[in-house]
Amino acid sequence: MPWNKLVSQPVSRWMEATGPLAEVVLSARIRLARNLGHLPFPHRMNGTQAEELIRQVEAGVKEVNLMGLGTKVDLYRLGAMPSLERQVLVDKHLISPQLAQEAGPGAVAVSEDEAISIMINEEDHLRIQCLAPGLQLQEAWRLASAVDDALEQKLDYAFHAQRGYLTACPTNVGTGLRASVMMHLPGLVLTQQAGQLFHSLSQLGLVVRGLYGEGTEAAGHIFQISNQTSLGKTEEEIIEHLESVCQKVIQAEKQARQHLWGEMKLQLEDRVGRAYGLLSSARIMTSEEAMKLLSDVRLGIGLGMFPKLNYRTMNELMVATQPAFLQKQAGQELNPLERDVRRAALVRSKLAA
Amino acid sequence: MQCERCGQRPATVFQTFIVNGHKQEHQLCEECAREHGAFEGFTPPGFSFPNLSIQQLLASFLGQESFGGSAQVMPPQVEPQCKNCGMTYSQFANSGRLGCAQCYDYLDAQMVPLIKRIQGTTVHTGKAPKRTGGLARKRQDLEGLKRQLQAAIRNENYEEAARVRDAIKNMESQIQAGGAGDAVE
Repeated sequence: MPWNKLVSQPVSRWMEATGPLAEVVLSARIRLARNLGHLPFPHRMNGTQAEELIRQVEAGVKEVNLMGLGTKVDLYRLGAMPSLERQVLVDKHLISPQLAQEAGPGAVAVSEDEAISIMINEEDHLRIQCLAPGLQLQEAWRLASAVDDALEQKLDYAFHAQRGYLTACPTNVGTGLRASVMMHLPGLVLTQQAGQLFHSLSQLGLVVRGLYGEGTEAAGHIFQISNQTSLGKTEEEIIEHLESVCQKVIQAEKQARQHLWGEMKLQLEDRVGRAYGLLSSARIMTSEEAMKLLSDVRLGIGLGMFPKLNYRTMNELMVATQPAFLQKQAGQELNPLERDVRRAALVRSKLAA
Repeated sequence: MQCERCGQRPATVFQTFIVNGHKQEHQLCEECAREHGAFEGFTPPGFSFPNLSIQQLLASFLGQESFGGSAQVMPPQVEPQCKNCGMTYSQFANSGRLGCAQCYDYLDAQMVPLIKRIQGTTVHTGKAPKRTGGLARKRQDLEGLKRQLQAAIRNENYEEAARVRDAIKNMESQIQAGGAGDAVE
């Protein structure tokens, strides 16, 4: 797909909200870290080596396109792209903030449906990523593994019989797998159970992060839960463990929402209604405020308060209200006030539609 | 343990710095650590304490690992180094990232305890590359056989040495066949 389309359309496959348990789970993600044996890791590579890697991956991508996926994968060199447009890909979860910042030798291969993205020259030579809406970890894993196999036909991966796939940082060695589930957990936050729960998740070998990965705040009550270790268990074992724990978290979140609905129905309706009122009337809105209010309305959808609204619209707004996306849509750089005005207008029109 | 700076609050931040090969340790409470400015240059702008990245955590981890009990046995002049890319163990300890895939072999003695600590184990049981995975295993087996041969010769066990030598020849010819007919794992 043309680059400009990729950075202009706000909807990716993971935002469809058609997946199972969409009232709590936004998306499931599988990431596989892979490196080539004959090149130094990206932070020690020179320009020629980085270019050589991109060319080799290009050959691998041709193999991916021969798999009959029903979607075409295209490779984009990020160095030549404006930083604003690279940021749009971060907002769409297609590349990491790190790759967007150090984009010089970086590239990304993305499928038309945006379910597959292959980051090149990030911390590792390749980061194969597959996103699926809802709690579909197994589906995302099967796709990522198939893409991995296709790429491997052209690429000589660094693989060690004992340590598995070798990675720049030993925290990823072995399977190179990071499986994660993005969840909306307002019930657990509002009933003040989130902290306790996250503490117990860490004892189960899982990590909780904010929306945009490592070191980010949990904006809009959205959290990512993922595996901490990557060695010693098979990919299937890691995924099954994460999935079974996520099922428990979903159950706890649903119970918390029911509890709130039962004990504090009026206050909850008030909170959600106020959020909707602000979103549908405000003329100036910061990104932070939008995330917070959209979270409340999302909760309201789950409680059946907005029959005409759906999760897809919420997911789309979550991406489309980010600063980079607004500026891309405007076709120019905007100052914070201009952004806040455009954001408010966008939200109003989407809610009215 | 109390904070070494204010002596009042409990120390929750443990830092290990390696400056010119010398280890410095600090035990601070969160407040003093922040005031102390100890995290300046560590924490990327816009990130609030204590959001240290994995690499930084790892680096502080490594400082303890490498100098904890082994400082005497490993003086700096024989610092382990990757013969392929030149990455030294202390460079790795500072950045938390290895230089190339071969670092895992050349720095194996240092990496094994570290990997065990991070991952809880050191042996991969998951997927292997379809095309080259079998070959990788064979190469590793070959290295193991070569070590066995050296040991057999050292122990003057020539019967064993002859057996291992034949196994090495066999393995080398399999590897030279370039993975053709290699078992798909």
